[in-house]
Amino acid sequence: MSFMKLTASALALAAVSATGAMARDQIQIAGSSTVLPYASIVAEAFGENFDFPTPVVESGGSSSGLKRFCEGVGENTIDIANASRAIKDKEIKACADAGVTDIIQVRIGYDGIVFASQLNGPEFTAFEPSDWFKALAAELPVDGKMVANPNMTWADVNPDLPAEEIMAFIPGTKHGTREVFEEKVLIQGCEDSGAMEEMKAAGLDDDAAEDACKAVRTDGKSVDIDGDYTETLARIDSNPHGLGVFGLAFYENNTDKLKVATMSGIAPSTETIASGEYPVSRPLYFYIKKAHIGVIPGLKEYAEFFVSDDIAGPDGPLSEYGLVSDPELADTQSMVADEETMGANM
Amino acid sequence: MTDASISGPAAKPRPNTSGSLLELDKGTRRRNAAEKRFRAYGMAAVGIGLIFLLVLLFTIVRNGVPAFTQTFIELPVTLSEAKLDKSGNRDIEEIKKVTTFGYGGLINSALETTLSDAGIASPFEKASELSKLISSSAAAQIRDYVLTHPDDIGKTVTFEVLASSRVDGYEKGRVTRVALLNDKNLDAEHLDVADQMKEAGVLKRRFNWDFILGADASESRPEQAGIGVSMLGSLFMMLVVLVLSLPIGVAASVYLEEFAPKNWFTDIIEVNISNLAAVPSIVFGILGLAVFIQFIELPQSAPLVGGLVLTLMTLPTIIISTRASLKAVPPSIRDAALGVGASKMQSVFHHVLPLAMPGILTGTILGLAQALGETAPLLLIGMVGYIASNYPDGIASGFLDPNSAMPAQIYEWAKRADPAYYERAWGGIIILLVFLMTMNIIAIILRRRFERRW
Repeated sequence: MSFMKLTASALALAAVSATGAMARDQIQIAGSSTVLPYASIVAEAFGENFDFPTPVVESGGSSSGLKRFCEGVGENTIDIANASRAIKDKEIKACADAGVTDIIQVRIGYDGIVFASQLNGPEFTAFEPSDWFKALAAELPVDGKMVANPNMTWADVNPDLPAEEIMAFIPGTKHGTREVFEEKVLIQGCEDSGAMEEMKAAGLDDDAAEDACKAVRTDGKSVDIDGDYTETLARIDSNPHGLGVFGLAFYENNTDKLKVATMSGIAPSTETIASGEYPVSRPLYFYIKKAHIGVIPGLKEYAEFFVSDDIAGPDGPLSEYGLVSDPELADTQSMVADEETMGANM
Repeated sequence: MTDASISGPAAKPRPNTSGSLLELDKGTRRRNAAEKRFRAYGMAAVGIGLIFLLVLLFTIVRNGVPAFTQTFIELPVTLSEAKLDKSGNRDIEEIKKVTTFGYGGLINSALETTLSDAGIASPFEKASELSKLISSSAAAQIRDYVLTHPDDIGKTVTFEVLASSRVDGYEKGRVTRVALLNDKNLDAEHLDVADQMKEAGVLKRRFNWDFILGADASESRPEQAGIGVSMLGSLFMMLVVLVLSLPIGVAASVYLEEFAPKNWFTDIIEVNISNLAAVPSIVFGILGLAVFIQFIELPQSAPLVGGLVLTLMTLPTIIISTRASLKAVPPSIRDAALGVGASKMQSVFHHVLPLAMPGILTGTILGLAQALGETAPLLLIGMVGYIASNYPDGIASGFLDPNSAMPAQIYEWAKRADPAYYERAWGGIIILLVFLMTMNIIAIILRRRFERRW
């Protein structure tokens, strides 16, 4: 039956696609759910101001977006991948293997990662990276030996914090945010607390020590959220001890439900992120397939429009929504105008 | 009381059967009690179901109904020639060069004059602060008007623009002054201005057709978003499902039921059809991605692909219901047709199929309703995201251009950061439920009016 079904549908398909085989006239974008709000704002304004149709933007996470980006060149592959982290060498290689060799990397600005809890919940108001490391690490060095994390409440970690059960909702591994969280909070905290030194003293090499710093406990005190920030918000809503990791823009849209904590004594805001004082921020990117420029109408115009001062500048709609605009925007603009690919500036 | 005391002292104590028929003996009473208990359980089960249904419907209606109204602000905008058409020759190409950002100043000054005309003092120093009251879609709305009416440049035209989502939320009771304490998008002073504008009759809340007919909007302007384009996406998908699954499903079941020999091969097919009906829909999504997009290279996010995937999902349902209704046609009808000399095919197409038609149609409509509400397979073929932003240009573009579907749109809205989108997700659920209910009612009517019983 399923064979019959398939052949029948394939025949029907052939008939329809033969009549409808025409060039795609819409830009297709996929990737990071952190970049999605910005991309959708730009796509909408692009559709309003140009004669091209509004581009379509899908989400799904930086990694899955880049994976689809690297599937190959052609009309039924995406033109742009949004990412909340830089593309990895492994991914560049996968791209090259599939024939995607010329990639233009565009940095659109910076985004902060904030740590928030229920508005009327416990007094989680100030954290250090080392607090998070000690609360979430799978194993901690005690007297030169690695033991399973014994900390049960935040007060165990740092007496200044409330004696509340540890319950953290952190982004899952398919999110680019997770990597930034590991690098700027867990590994940083690992170094700050001296745990890294102890691990090395205990005989781990640099890589193994770093992996041990990043390893998150699996006893239920830390929960990976694979969905979007709305899922994290729902978890926090139903869990008074809960602490969640959010993007700054998401927090700013939900200030009536969430209370944000400072990190290393600095409150997150577009200003403190732009000045570099707030420690947990990361650049946001999108990647363009150069081979699609000139084939998909409006692709270059979209990229130029995205990084124009009107959009990505300090007074543009993106920074209004929560993006920290890039001080080197002018360089990015000329890079997009010249279609400079990644190999060229390395 | 015992039986003995009722039947009187004269009677010999005999087991239960001796009593009056009007009196129930022990065993009967026990059986009756068991039946009563069972009825009570049944009623409790129905009651619990009903309570859940009522709570669900109540929540949906309470959360969703506000999405159908929207707050508008009446704004007389002076379309200044100096800003929109510097050369003054009304050349469309030149007017187009003024992007929506160029219209910000016009809107700010229009707001200022509106306020001063209404006698409202602005608490802000900067005029741009006031523009937070208004949706950023206003600039695009005015620009579209100018491009279609270039002759109106220089005149003052009154527009009804959308209020920003937080002002709208305040009108609907969703946003309170306390909630705005840490909010950088709006301050409590804005709400004071909004209150005065409402008194002056500039700010109104009314039914919003754009929610039902409009396109999706970006994250920063939930007030503009509508479900119309994804409704078209669903429509085109359902067309594909209907056109493919009805003939294929009916042909397959007529063959299997009327012509195919009974042997191990048809048995295997039968078992597999029942299995297919139980396969989770996400599996069909993976299949669709692998076969239709990666192998046949059909466009991504296209309703055509969505329809093909849902066809695979609907086929087993249709085949099973069609076979059931073919089985329900009594064999005497076939025998009579064959007896007067009709061929096997004539007996099927002239007699059996018409009699089974109501059942087939009912099954098809229920299958379509199931497909209409399906989101999971669409996730994998790229129909979830900021996609339903363009109306299709025609029939071909309706099938091939990227579009979303109603349940996928609702899912997408529920994910977005601004709480105003949450309200729209509930509103979308109401619309989807209305569609599903209509389809089910049609199915019931078809069954009631045309079904024949033997």
